[in-house]
Amino acid sequence: MAVKVMIPTPLRAYAGKRASTEVAAGSVAGALAQLTTEFAELKKHLFTEQGQLRSFVNVYVNDEDIRYLAKEQTATKDGDTVSIVPSIAGGVRR
Amino acid sequence: MATNTEIPMATAGVKPATSLGNDEILRYSRHLIMPEVGMEGQLKLKNAKVLLIGTGGLGAPLGLYLAAAGVGKLGLVDFDVVDFTNLQRQVTFGTSDVGKFKSEAARERLANLNPAIEIVAYETKLTSENALELFKDYDVIVDGTDNFPTRYLVNDACILLGKPNVYGSIFRFEGQATVFGMPDGPCYRCLYPEPPPPGLVPSCAEGGVLGVLPGIVGSIQAMETIKLLLKAGDSLSGRLLLFDALGMKFRELKLRKNPNCPMCGEHRTIDKLIDYYEFCGVRGEEAPEVNLHVPEISPKELKARLDQGDDLFILDVREPHEFQICNLQGHLIPLGELPRRVHELDSSQEIVAHCRSGKRSAEAVDFLRKAGFKKILNLTGGILAWSDQVDPSVPKY
Repeated sequence: MAVKVMIPTPLRAYAGKRASTEVAAGSVAGALAQLTTEFAELKKHLFTEQGQLRSFVNVYVNDEDIRYLAKEQTATKDGDTVSIVPSIAGGVRR
Repeated sequence: MATNTEIPMATAGVKPATSLGNDEILRYSRHLIMPEVGMEGQLKLKNAKVLLIGTGGLGAPLGLYLAAAGVGKLGLVDFDVVDFTNLQRQVTFGTSDVGKFKSEAARERLANLNPAIEIVAYETKLTSENALELFKDYDVIVDGTDNFPTRYLVNDACILLGKPNVYGSIFRFEGQATVFGMPDGPCYRCLYPEPPPPGLVPSCAEGGVLGVLPGIVGSIQAMETIKLLLKAGDSLSGRLLLFDALGMKFRELKLRKNPNCPMCGEHRTIDKLIDYYEFCGVRGEEAPEVNLHVPEISPKELKARLDQGDDLFILDVREPHEFQICNLQGHLIPLGELPRRVHELDSSQEIVAHCRSGKRSAEAVDFLRKAGFKKILNLTGGILAWSDQVDPSVPKY
């Protein structure tokens, strides 16, 4: 099932500068697994060493936060958009 | 939506204005002839007090539009001083403001824009000690800061006082905006319970921002602030607006109040302001997070050694677009590519690594020493120091 994964600006450096990518996955976990297989450097930015999704990285299926769905087990269907939304503070270096 | 646009006004004990003077009627006529604002709305703005945290990129359109709109009292909190690199996006300031305190320079600019309103400059850093005292006299707090500790501090102080927090943040080409702290709405901790650890935030090499972006996001914050004050329209509370300037796309995500939020949930576990630098694992943005002790060479020593013909290999670990701004004719290997390009270096040769400020190159030196390189030095202070101490024709950026 084709799912579009939106990669936020701060993480694009670890994803071949891509803004989005298509994966075939039936769940958020599957989509993220495929994403981090394709772009290995992304893994430590998305997951802790224990494999937990980091608390400053939110994931949405379409416009809904997966914390209020079935978390990473949330199902995805053809045409869904998975968005990764990390916290950004301002980003202007001094 | 309508229920959570009700905010308590911090006007207790002060007699609100009930009319506008003729000069005000003329000034605000384009508001007054709109039924959505009208005399009633304009008086709401006149009786309102808004505190801006930060007068930089986001604070510029915020200050300009809120002052122009006739918000009766504007507080400006900033401890920083205007520098040349600010002028690319902080459009409140002019070239003649460089060196002045931002809060005072902004106060002067806004007072010129609208002498009919009260503007208070707070030349201070927002801290856990002063936040509640500063916030208590204002109706709406607008977060235009650039760092995580202050964002959590603004959030927590707003929740403790029951005040709305109009949020905006930016990174390069991307912005986020929402309204936190409405009675039924979520807070910043509902969205992000914890800040990212310092090592995982994008490094200075990846920073930067397109100058127009804070103009757009700050303008959205100004609009949300005015809607809150007018009690008009649908607030962004409960929605996270994402803006991608390159794709020119706005998207909206649902933002829910977390019933278990330690700050705004049913069972609050945080009942006072904490040490936000400790919470975020940093001691201030201005202090380098890591102090690597690596062998160094000063710009003057390097110059002397190059002049006497020593065979030194200059390794530049910045990004290619930085190399184009200025360079010391070194060999360019960006820090992130160093591990897989280490074979380009000769460990028998003496190497001097440099970057813009000396921080990334310290990491490079540390990495190379661990990889077995013995004759490697870090240029103290990087290109900035080289420009100051050796060759002022090299531009600083």
